[in-house]
Amino acid sequence: MHARTLFDKIWDAHVIADLPDGDSLVYIDLHLLNEVTSPQAFETLRQDGHGVRRPERAIAVADHNITTGDRAAPLEPDSREQLDALERNVAEAGIPYIPLRDPRQGILHIVAPELGLVRPGMTVVCGDSHTSTHGALGAFAFGIGTSEVAHVLATQTLVQKRPANMRVMIDGTLPTGATAKDLALHVMRELGTSGGAGHVIEYGGDAVLALGMAGRMTLCNMSIEAGARAGLVAPDATTFEFLKGRLDVPVGAAFDRWCAHWRSLASDPGAVFGRTVTIDARAVPQLVTWGTTPATALRLDDPLPSPDAEPDPGRREQLTQMLHYMGLRSGQVLAGMPIDVAFIGSCTNARIEDLRDAAAIVRGRHVANGVRALVVPGSGSVKATAEAEGLDAVFTAAGFEWRESGCSMCLGMNADRLAPGERCASSSNRNFEGRQGPGGRTHLMSPAMVAAAAVAGRLASPQDVR
Amino acid sequence: MPPFTILSGIAAPLPLDDVDTDKIIPARFMKTVRRDGLRAGLFYALAHDAEGRRDPAFVLNRPPFDRASLLVVGRNFGCGSSREHAVWAMVDFGIRCVIAPSFADIFYQNAIKNGVLPAVVDRHDWTRLAHAAAQPKGCVLTVDLARQTIAQEDVQTTPFEIAANHKRVLLNGLDEIAQTLAHLAEIEVWEVRAAQLAARTTGTRTI
Repeated sequence: MHARTLFDKIWDAHVIADLPDGDSLVYIDLHLLNEVTSPQAFETLRQDGHGVRRPERAIAVADHNITTGDRAAPLEPDSREQLDALERNVAEAGIPYIPLRDPRQGILHIVAPELGLVRPGMTVVCGDSHTSTHGALGAFAFGIGTSEVAHVLATQTLVQKRPANMRVMIDGTLPTGATAKDLALHVMRELGTSGGAGHVIEYGGDAVLALGMAGRMTLCNMSIEAGARAGLVAPDATTFEFLKGRLDVPVGAAFDRWCAHWRSLASDPGAVFGRTVTIDARAVPQLVTWGTTPATALRLDDPLPSPDAEPDPGRREQLTQMLHYMGLRSGQVLAGMPIDVAFIGSCTNARIEDLRDAAAIVRGRHVANGVRALVVPGSGSVKATAEAEGLDAVFTAAGFEWRESGCSMCLGMNADRLAPGERCASSSNRNFEGRQGPGGRTHLMSPAMVAAAAVAGRLASPQDVR
Repeated sequence: MPPFTILSGIAAPLPLDDVDTDKIIPARFMKTVRRDGLRAGLFYALAHDAEGRRDPAFVLNRPPFDRASLLVVGRNFGCGSSREHAVWAMVDFGIRCVIAPSFADIFYQNAIKNGVLPAVVDRHDWTRLAHAAAQPKGCVLTVDLARQTIAQEDVQTTPFEIAANHKRVLLNGLDEIAQTLAHLAEIEVWEVRAAQLAARTTGTRTI
């Protein structure tokens, strides 16, 4: 057989039938459901008289609209309605569900890997674009709309056109202080907001192999910000170590045999990628976004770009609008920019490793006057681990809020929001206009950088506050 | 889903690049279990001032664009979140066709599933269409999906791209779930084979 990529192997193993015009019918191994993008899908099934074909291949968790405050307090009526709809729908269909007050509740993209539900070689979908996170485990995982959620519920398949293969090779060692988030932001600025469109990106190279699972998840999570269908990392010893002993993962000799199979999924030598981008990890600095796309990352001391220097009129208009929205001027630097809010959370950066990174900066220091700082652990399990390590005490002593798990301030749909004009240092994934609340200004960065900004009260590097 | 054949209507210009789905409809408008009524959130930040009043300067708030059934938008339209609410809000307003140099993948899929035509035109043609749409009195465009053309008030005809599979779905208003369930026997065979393969490879069974 000809040399195949990791993606080719997963795709080929899941094609049920070739359909007209180059489409394929593809089997979906795991379907993650949330409360926001699923109710209309269940409604479609009811209207058209379809059942849920494989309820055991789905799992539901409410994460988007729920409070990260007191879980005993009543929810806002519209949030309650969505949660009630989810609970009713999954109960009717027999879909496994982790309730809001269950200790395992959390952000779906953090919970599913924790439970060992995502394994190499699987196809995974969710009505959420950050499903690309699970590519870190060597699974083909991608976000879908609600019509496709209905299609998966009814058939356990999707009709898809085969995406193209793209490789991002990241060789060398990340400089001290540069994290997976800095690497992700660097990749986004190299690829641009649509550089990955139509492609599945396989990340490879020494710098990727050196990342732990949390870092790989951060990197794959952001793939969608370059417009990619999915991100992937080949399964290796790091992956197997992560999987071992998790709830849904086989044990003993069966686990070893699975590992041998998973290892065989790696791209063959000589496999053809439609496009290859090479990145030197040694050139990845600590980065912060200044604009309203995730591809606008700069170093703290880089001058902001000037629209006048931009030849393309559309791009010039966009730069002007981004500077205006963010309340910034060309030529200015980000270092020292006062912030109002510091947010550590989201499916991008709310795993235990992220919290440890941030706590290392915060320990023995205090959040600057006038800054609201939040830590929202990615799951109940992350929260419990952090508490066992005493990280909650580090954060709360420093003046951070220590909250329940959920999507929180990443997307401005629950109570955790920016007020108009507020400037936020955020470990999340999107800095779009109004993303964290109407008129809010988001700067994306690593958890350590958010921690440094919280302590300094302004955008600062962790070295500055040490 | 109603078939899409020929659409004739006012085209509204929104010539911005990288319009994300948060901009098309902010997340706070997604706290609903319905598809209808979402036009209230469509382009909310662009369509309202800081106090939440409708901004008469926004293109879709002023005639003749308040009756627009087509949008001419910039590159990478619909990037970001997978929310199908973005398309539902556009449909609720009356938009049935979006013309752009390029679209984000998930938005594109969502449009097709809702009978909305995402028409890809080349950069040169796009500039001309965006200019025509920006005339104060508006501009009627006629989109013929079968012929893959956009006619500009009988002045000029512009070709657009759409993949054959998507064209077929739109032209026929196909119900994809019903079509897939016609392959149910193949799906079941695949499931049995996958389970056997897993058992043989590893001596165990997983989901």
